[in-house]
Amino acid sequence: MSGEFSPSQTLNSFSGSAEPSRLRILVAEDNKPDRMILCALLQKLGHEVFEVSDGTAAVDQFHEVDPDIVLLDAMMPELDGLSAARQIKSMAGERLVPVIFLTALTDPKELARCLEAGGDDFLIKPFNRVILDAKLNALDRMRRLHQALAEQVDQVRQKNEQMLAEQKTARRVFDNIAHTGSLDAPNIRYHASPMSVFNGDVLFAATRPGGGSLVFLGDFTGHGLPAAIGAMPVAEIFYGMVGQGFGAAAILREINAKLRRILPVGMFCCGAMLETDSRQGLVRAWNGGLPDAWLLRGSGERVAIPSRNLPLGVQSAENFSTSMVVFQVTPGDHVLLMTDGFPESANEQGELLGESGVRQVLAGLRSPADAFDALMLRVREFTGQPEAADDLTLCCVAIPELEQARPSTRKPSDAEPIGPADWQCVYEIRERTLSEFNPLPLLLHICMEVPGLRSRSGEVYTLLSELYNNALEHGVLALSSDWKNSPRGFALYYEERQRRLSDTDGHFIRFSLSHESRDPGGRLRVICEDSGAGFDFAEHSARASKTRSIPGSSYAGRGLELLRRMATHFHVHGEGNRVEIVYDWEPGREDDD
Amino acid sequence: MIDQPHLDEAALAELRDVMEGDFGMLVDTFLADSRARLRHLHQLLEQKDSDQLAKTAHSFKGSCINMGATHLSKLCAQLERAGKAADLSAAARLLDGVEAEFAEVASCFEQL
Repeated sequence: MSGEFSPSQTLNSFSGSAEPSRLRILVAEDNKPDRMILCALLQKLGHEVFEVSDGTAAVDQFHEVDPDIVLLDAMMPELDGLSAARQIKSMAGERLVPVIFLTALTDPKELARCLEAGGDDFLIKPFNRVILDAKLNALDRMRRLHQALAEQVDQVRQKNEQMLAEQKTARRVFDNIAHTGSLDAPNIRYHASPMSVFNGDVLFAATRPGGGSLVFLGDFTGHGLPAAIGAMPVAEIFYGMVGQGFGAAAILREINAKLRRILPVGMFCCGAMLETDSRQGLVRAWNGGLPDAWLLRGSGERVAIPSRNLPLGVQSAENFSTSMVVFQVTPGDHVLLMTDGFPESANEQGELLGESGVRQVLAGLRSPADAFDALMLRVREFTGQPEAADDLTLCCVAIPELEQARPSTRKPSDAEPIGPADWQCVYEIRERTLSEFNPLPLLLHICMEVPGLRSRSGEVYTLLSELYNNALEHGVLALSSDWKNSPRGFALYYEERQRRLSDTDGHFIRFSLSHESRDPGGRLRVICEDSGAGFDFAEHSARASKTRSIPGSSYAGRGLELLRRMATHFHVHGEGNRVEIVYDWEPGREDDD
Repeated sequence: MIDQPHLDEAALAELRDVMEGDFGMLVDTFLADSRARLRHLHQLLEQKDSDQLAKTAHSFKGSCINMGATHLSKLCAQLERAGKAADLSAAARLLDGVEAEFAEVASCFEQL
């Protein structure tokens, strides 16, 4: 029997079907009278019919006809209906092209075989118009539902691919700013998903110019792009400021101020900063909103470092506290930082691991060096997931032997760039600017242009900031640091500071800076004048030295002591509103503050 | 055997409605097609090809059902079963029955 193919169309006005959809139907039936009857029925129902007389022809014509539905006689010479159905299904790929078997079979087993071969339904002879119409409509609905679903799946997949591509691009930009820094150092172990930044987690580490290291772990509220955007400036501030010799406190202050400025209300960054100074055997830690960090001593002692601060980006610069917890450490001690993805890991029952789960793991440790692996293992066991979730970041810093902690061979001023070494400038801020603008980074930047002076950025910053804070708080704002000796006074001090800052009319602070080169190094002279009524330095110093034995007290006194200690010369002129310091420096010396 | 009508009147009426002007052509096609099948069935019986015999009887059965030749379709079904069972003597007997019933069906169609 030869394959017949005749597209016979009728656009008659028959409208027995509730659904007006006109289908392209491929009919394969070797029995000629049956085929005639079926085609006549289909045309009456308003469909476009393409008829062939065997299974091979049906397969051959499939692509050309591109039918919506195929009707196949189950038993045909050449290629029987079951095999033809399999081939047609595979040719249709992800499209659903329903296949209806035409059969005089009545054996239930045979009918079941038709469906197993991929048939979607069967039509038993004699053909009946009502049943045929009902089956076609049902299969057409299924076909269109499948199509709509496939289109949606496709759209979702495209969107997802697009999002992943965008994330990769964003990730590259982010990596350019937030390189891994010194995260690869042998004393640091961490787990962070490669795409963790899009879950709001950031982890940075850097070696300080003068030795020691800084590690910052942050967890932004929210997910996706909004969380990632905040990470960029934080990375830039962190790496930029560490490179310039700033310490943890200054960097935290800067990050907080920046985030508060740029993030919308309700968005912030929980974070922890760790500053290690292996020369002095000290670790300073700051925790704002993250789960307890942990100091794990080689002796087995465990010290929690709970959050004592609001997250970054919440408080105004005035209220933001950068006071850090300080620990004496020895090599072999470890410090753990983690984001809340860790205690908030859930098991299949929806129970959380919790901070108690973390404590349990830590309590079972034989050595603090095992902490990282033990915690990661615990999370995998608990969640039953082989991979930890994206929003879970864990970092473990081992306190290294002194040798290891040597500042990188990168001399602070790599290959002495050319820059201005002999200059002088006057910079004065006045009126409202006093309350709105911090001139320190700008002044520091000017000083850091001096070849070699960058290695001393920490000290220069300290000098400038002490002079500035002194001029602003005790000069312009006429605040008494005595208040800060009691906790209540401390709060009062900052309230008053805030209030007085709103009225700075007629006031100024003037910095006169000059630098001359010497061999080696140079001499930086800074004169800081302010419009305040003056300040009795002599009396203040006396009081300061009296209370010096109580560590942490007399904040302002500590600042003046610092100035005296670091500066080569220190003069107070006039009423105390003109302070002059001379700072002689040599390159390569280690910065300490 | 109970005496049955050779053609189902209701089925015929439905066919007329569906086929409209092509009804005559359908009948001619059915008759010609069936005669060819009967010849083929005799050949297969001679060749003792019971498998093909069953298949051809099956196909014949299908068009008989659609044409309203209900009794003929039942005889075809019996022939199909004999073919499947490779019972050639039964098949020979049944084929004669099919032949006789077809003659009746054909004359009914020709009288329409």
